Order: sequence, then structure tokens, then C-alpha cells
Amino acid sequence: MNLRADFPLLAGSPGLHYLDSAATSQKPGVVLDAIRDFYETSNANPHRGAYSLSVRATECYTQARLDIARFLGVKDAASLIFTRGTTEGINLVAGSWGRANVRTGDEIVVTALDHHSNFVPWQQLALEKGATLRICELTGDGRLDLDCMRELVTSRTKIVAFNHVSNALGTINPVTDIVRMVRDQSRAITVCDGAQSAPHLSVSFDDLGLDFYAFSGHKMLGPMGLGGLIGRRDLLEQMPPYQSGGDMIEFVYDDRTTWNVLPHKFEAGTPNPANAVGLAAAVAYLDRIGMDRVLTHERSLMAMAEERLAAIDGLRIYGPPIGQRSGVVSFTLEDVHPHDLATILDGEGVCIRAGHHCTQPLMRRLDVTATARASFYVYNDEADVDALLAGIMKARDIFGYVPA
Amino acid sequence: MSRPETSAEIAALYQEMILDHYRRPRNKGVLENADASVQMKNPLCGDEIGLQVHFDGDGVDDLKFSGRGCSISLASASMMTQLVKGKSSNEIDAIRTRFRELMLGDVTAATDTRLGSLRALSGVARFPARVKCALLAWNALESALAQRAS
Repeated sequence: MNLRADFPLLAGSPGLHYLDSAATSQKPGVVLDAIRDFYETSNANPHRGAYSLSVRATECYTQARLDIARFLGVKDAASLIFTRGTTEGINLVAGSWGRANVRTGDEIVVTALDHHSNFVPWQQLALEKGATLRICELTGDGRLDLDCMRELVTSRTKIVAFNHVSNALGTINPVTDIVRMVRDQSRAITVCDGAQSAPHLSVSFDDLGLDFYAFSGHKMLGPMGLGGLIGRRDLLEQMPPYQSGGDMIEFVYDDRTTWNVLPHKFEAGTPNPANAVGLAAAVAYLDRIGMDRVLTHERSLMAMAEERLAAIDGLRIYGPPIGQRSGVVSFTLEDVHPHDLATILDGEGVCIRAGHHCTQPLMRRLDVTATARASFYVYNDEADVDALLAGIMKARDIFGYVPA
Repeated sequence: MSRPETSAEIAALYQEMILDHYRRPRNKGVLENADASVQMKNPLCGDEIGLQVHFDGDGVDDLKFSGRGCSISLASASMMTQLVKGKSSNEIDAIRTRFRELMLGDVTAATDTRLGSLRALSGVARFPARVKCALLAWNALESALAQRAS
């Protein structure tokens, strides 16, 4: 699979090895073209004007929602709310469903594998409501400890939040098993952070049994600033609005307001049709590749990288075996701090992430302050793996590694 | 897109003296009877430095640091403790200001002997993402001096 030429930034930067797609992906030309085409041919404020240009903008926005909903396995496209991204989607659930339903003495279950965006909103909601935050711990190899979760989920649990794929380790969590357990043991809602699964796995919301699933467009070849929250219609209809203003209203009286129907009730203000069209072009591009091939391609690169990394003395890889991971290789190298490693790799044209990956609770449990993370996507190839390895060897030279 | 750093700049960054201070940090540990104690985090990477200072009159009599971090942050902390020990608060302020200028790429600072071994960190200025690492210990020191003033 050689797609580098489809990505203008990569095609224009020979020698650049982009291994930070878990932070944000590069964008194919078809996505940039779709956004430009919207502004050149269809730009107007959707849902507003009686004139045909506004109607066209509305049609573009509506069609984009249908395309993205189909890609993520949602039959009822009106239950896909556009947000700025995963973070806003989770905050929407916490701020709306959470504020309306969580009370003193209730419990919220999160996991030690969660990104801050699926941890902090629940921690803060618990503090605000006098509820208790419970944290599902991990197995030694960086998977969720399902026995621990089984003990935590009880009739007191109101919300169970977890990610589909860990951004820090790449661990793929067994969503349907977790959902079944939560249903058996409680009446809690399930909230899944899909930021790292929507780009890499074939996701069917309707089959997963979740109540809520949030994702980010910019990690799946789409533009920055647009993502979504998918929710069960009956829950979304009961929930109060998250923000109020234009577009989300039905009638505004002097003393009260009635709400628009889904999805508009949760999309206050002028929407972002240009980026929705861009994301629709991104999922069409992924569809043409096929999500099975996306996963196979990434796994083959991860296997290649990991076999060579494992041969380096003092290099430690975190997380479960490759078969239970997606897209990410997280590692540390002896006493070379990940930031130093990232700087030296940058000198070789290799972009990796170094730091806590917005997962400080996880880093504490791994007893590190930071790891280095290489993440792979459709445009990566063997040359990127070669450059990663060459950079790591250079770091060892600079830091004066002496063979035992 | 930011330009990937060149090998020469990488070599200038990771000078032997920096790696030496990283491997064998000076004044690392905990100070008994400290007058000021500061804990400071680099939120970017989660690295943390603790700094304890003992004052004598107007000056810093002794200081020690603790914590985990990258080579740049630990070397900067180690060199800082060597340089400011025994200096007056005015002298320290002048050095701190000069060091900030060095981090902002002031070429005259790179040859200023008042900065002593800290000049080895001049290469950091070429790496804006790493300037925070080099300044972490200095921010802790500033906070410790302010603690005493208040």
C-alpha cells in the first residue's frame, strides 16, 4: 500500500517520517479539495436562507452527516451530533446527561487507561455532584482488568466511561463484553471514547450496544475542529441542551424556549458544513481502502518495528501483544528521556510523540513520567520504520551507550 | 511545517558537559533545614523538579534539587545549583535574566562568562520546544526567592 502521494504535506516533504497520527493524521488531497470546493461552490449559512445557495449548503451538511453516520454504522443519522471533537462530545454527555441524572452517593466508573478527556469531565462531575469516581485498574500488560470492572459496576453506578482504543498504549478494549457486563450489573449508561478506534477499526455503533460514542475527525484524515457524538435516540431526546443559542431552538417566547429536534437540539450556533464535507470525503477515502486493509497495514508495520525494537538492549515496549493493539508502539529507552529521544529523532526527520499522552493516571501506574510513542497510519511504510530505528540508534550513540 | 533540526544542531545541543551533568547531577538530594522549598512541574511532559534553598543574609547559602526529567532540564538544574551557590540575590537575578536571554537566542549571552558552564546550554535556543525544559529549575528558583521575600 503506497498512499504517500495522496497526501500533499507528505508528498511535498521527502525525508519526513510522520509517526504521530494518534495525535492527528495528515490529510489527503481529496479532503482539502472537498473543503475548498464547498467554499467555492456552496458556501452559505445552512438552515437559514430561503435562497438556493443556503439550501445547497444545507444539503451538503445533511449529506455529510449521512455519509459519516453510515461509515460508523449508525442507521439513525439524526443521532449523530457534530461537535468540535471527542473532548466536546464527552463534555456534552457529562454536562447534559450527567448534570441531570447524577446525584450524591452515585458512582461513576472510569478506567486507568483513559485519556484526560474521558477522565477529567467525570472526575469534575463527581466532585460537583458529591458522587464517587471509581477507577478500573489494569492488568500487567496494559489491558483493562475486567475482574476489577466487574467488582466496580453495581446498582449505584450511573455512568461507565472507557475508551475503545488506548491512545497511549494502543490497547483495544472488548467493548461488547464491557457493555454486556454493565447491562447485567447496573442501569448505568456507557460512554465510549472512540478517538483512536474510528480512524483504525471498522466501527458499527448500532452493533456495539453503547449508549454514547465520541470521535474526532482530525485523527481519521479529516480536518481539525470537527468530530461527533453518537447517542441512543431515546437518551438524547430526554437530555437537556448542552449549549443554547441559534439553530437549536424551536420557538423562543419571552419567558421560555422549546427545543429543535435531533440533531439540531445539540448543535447551537452556525454549524461547520465545510469541515463536515471534508470529513465525509475522508471516510469515503478510508472506505475505498477498506478498514480491514487499514488495520492489516498498520499491524504489519507495527510488527516490523516491534521485532527490531525488541532487539535493542534497554528498550522497553508497553502494552499487550500486537494482536490486541491498534496503531501505537509506546516505549522507553534506558535512561534516555523520551523528550531527548524525540528531539534526536526530529533531527532525522522522524516525528514521534514524547510525553504523558494526556494520560497522567496511566503514567503513574506504569511508574514513568513519559513514554515515546510511534503511531502508524495508512500512509506510513517501511522507510518510516527504518528511519525510526536509525534515529533510536543515533540517540544511543549520543547518550554514550556502552555495550555490556 | 517546522524544519527538522540538523545533525550539527543536535550535536551542539547534546554537548558532553550536558550529558555529564545529566548522568552525574551536582547538588542533587534533599537539604536539611531549608528556608524555602518549591515543587514545580512541566505540564508539557509531566516532569517535576523539587528545589530547596537555604539563605544566608541576602544570598543563597546552599541549595539542592530533586526530581525526574530530561537531560536538558536536569543539566540546567545541576549547573544552576553550582553557579548560584554563595551568590547574592541581586547577582542571581542578573544571572537568571541573562540565562533567559540565552534561551531566547541572544548571541552575546552565549559568550558571557558570568553564565559559566550554563553556556553549554546555548544550543537549546534552536529548539523552542525544549526551552521550557531548560527554564524549569530557574522558575523554581525564582519562586523560592519570592517565598523568602514574602
